[in-house]
Amino acid sequence: MPAAVGAADTSPLPIVELRGVSKRFANGLEALAGIDLTVKRGEFLSLLGPSGCGKSTLLRIVAGLVPPTGGTCQLSMGGQTGRRAASGRVGFVFQDPTLMPWSTVSNNVLLPFRIVGRLGAKERERAASAISAVGLCGFEQAYPRELSGGMRMRVSIARALVTDPDLLLLDEPFAALDEITRLALNDDLLRLWEERRPTILFVTHSVFESVYLSTRIAVMTARPGRISADLPVALPQPRARATRSSPDYVAMCDRVSAELGIAMGER
Amino acid sequence: MNRLGVRIVAPVAVGILFIALWQLGVWLSGVKPYVLPGPIDVAQSLWTDGSGLLVSLWFTLKVTLVALAAAVLFGGLIAILFSLSRLVEISFFPYVVILQVTPLVAIAPLIIIWIHTPFIALLVCAWIIAFFPIVANTTVGLNSADRNLVALFRLYGASTWQVLCHLRMPTALPYFLTGLRISGGLSLIGAVAAEFVAGTGGEETGLAYRILESEYRLMIPRLFAALILLSLTGIVIYLVTDFISRLVLRHWHESAETGEEE
Repeated sequence: MPAAVGAADTSPLPIVELRGVSKRFANGLEALAGIDLTVKRGEFLSLLGPSGCGKSTLLRIVAGLVPPTGGTCQLSMGGQTGRRAASGRVGFVFQDPTLMPWSTVSNNVLLPFRIVGRLGAKERERAASAISAVGLCGFEQAYPRELSGGMRMRVSIARALVTDPDLLLLDEPFAALDEITRLALNDDLLRLWEERRPTILFVTHSVFESVYLSTRIAVMTARPGRISADLPVALPQPRARATRSSPDYVAMCDRVSAELGIAMGER
Repeated sequence: MNRLGVRIVAPVAVGILFIALWQLGVWLSGVKPYVLPGPIDVAQSLWTDGSGLLVSLWFTLKVTLVALAAAVLFGGLIAILFSLSRLVEISFFPYVVILQVTPLVAIAPLIIIWIHTPFIALLVCAWIIAFFPIVANTTVGLNSADRNLVALFRLYGASTWQVLCHLRMPTALPYFLTGLRISGGLSLIGAVAAEFVAGTGGEETGLAYRILESEYRLMIPRLFAALILLSLTGIVIYLVTDFISRLVLRHWHESAETGEEE
């Protein structure tokens, strides 16, 4: 499998291991049923599916924000296993930038450090480096309302990157952005992934985005959410604008679209 | 002239026009000063009785500001307790509402019987009507924190206290400041209304008592002078709270947009 896995695979355990995960909400809605998914270290895995298929719920279960009603979700990071392993090693980016409007860009990015009570020179340096990594040098003292939608999303990504997480969870982060900004942020995200090599779990409903970004795609069905196809993306790395016009890319998009069509019940 | 200039000059022009028409009306109709004094009579009264009225104003102002401070302090604390426990909020909020909807003039006599120091009695009355907007607004604000930000705080292991200080309180700030602007005016109204009911003579008297006294003695120009001082006080309180609000929110909240620039 040509999926490029660059991070040092020190632990024999996969970074995320979901076994028989199901989720039923209090109102009786069955969001997820029997999800088995193994995420390998350094992978860029996209969860692709129609709206309401439970992809976001699955991501929240992995983050520990929502408990599953059945099955187990095991994280292994930094030589530790379980929920404790996750503390400070998981970054999360929501569909909305989810910034604190009363804080400057710099203070928003420093939030993870502020919560654990570490705000030394080293942390400020890492915040500055995360801000520059997303191309926002010079905007450290700006307030979120002074920024465009794309720039706010960049701040949100910088905040998720600042702790140098092993696992980065992204919940349709570019869905609310215009096409031009979205393509630019796609490339930025790829570059950050190549530089830092976190494991990425990326939720999207865009076939083109998932094929362009990922090393592997898990296609999901809706109500209840199940994984219907698990496809490696064998496109060469690093990916660039040219990738989008390559025949392999187009062929892969066709294949993933077909799987998505099956998942949505259009045979 | 810039737009800010227009915003000051236009209302002032209306005011001058109104005062001129008022004086003209009093002259032309020959109405007696004990029925409707003209602005010149009022100004004279303000000049001659000014020092006495200012002493009363100071008393009313003390009641107002201490009541407002107490409303901020206790209103804020009660709102925080409500936000920390849904059960506490459900249990106690109806009583806060009862305290608010019961007319102050109906309970003021009781408070004045129970509390013998007039200053404290008036303070309690003013506080009762001033604290509700702060409690109600701040509670809504504390409960309005972005759910995803709450999730993010939890992801990074934040304590309830950290969520309160770094997330819920800043979120509640614009709501609190709205409450403050309403309560500023209400605490003045409370201080005056309570003094009307109490009707205390004694050594320390506020502007409300001056108004009653002027009415009994048919010193209507002085009544008007006291009224004007009360209105000015209310306006100043509003402007100060509004200024504080804009100052605090200037960087991040849409409400602080002046609409003048850009």
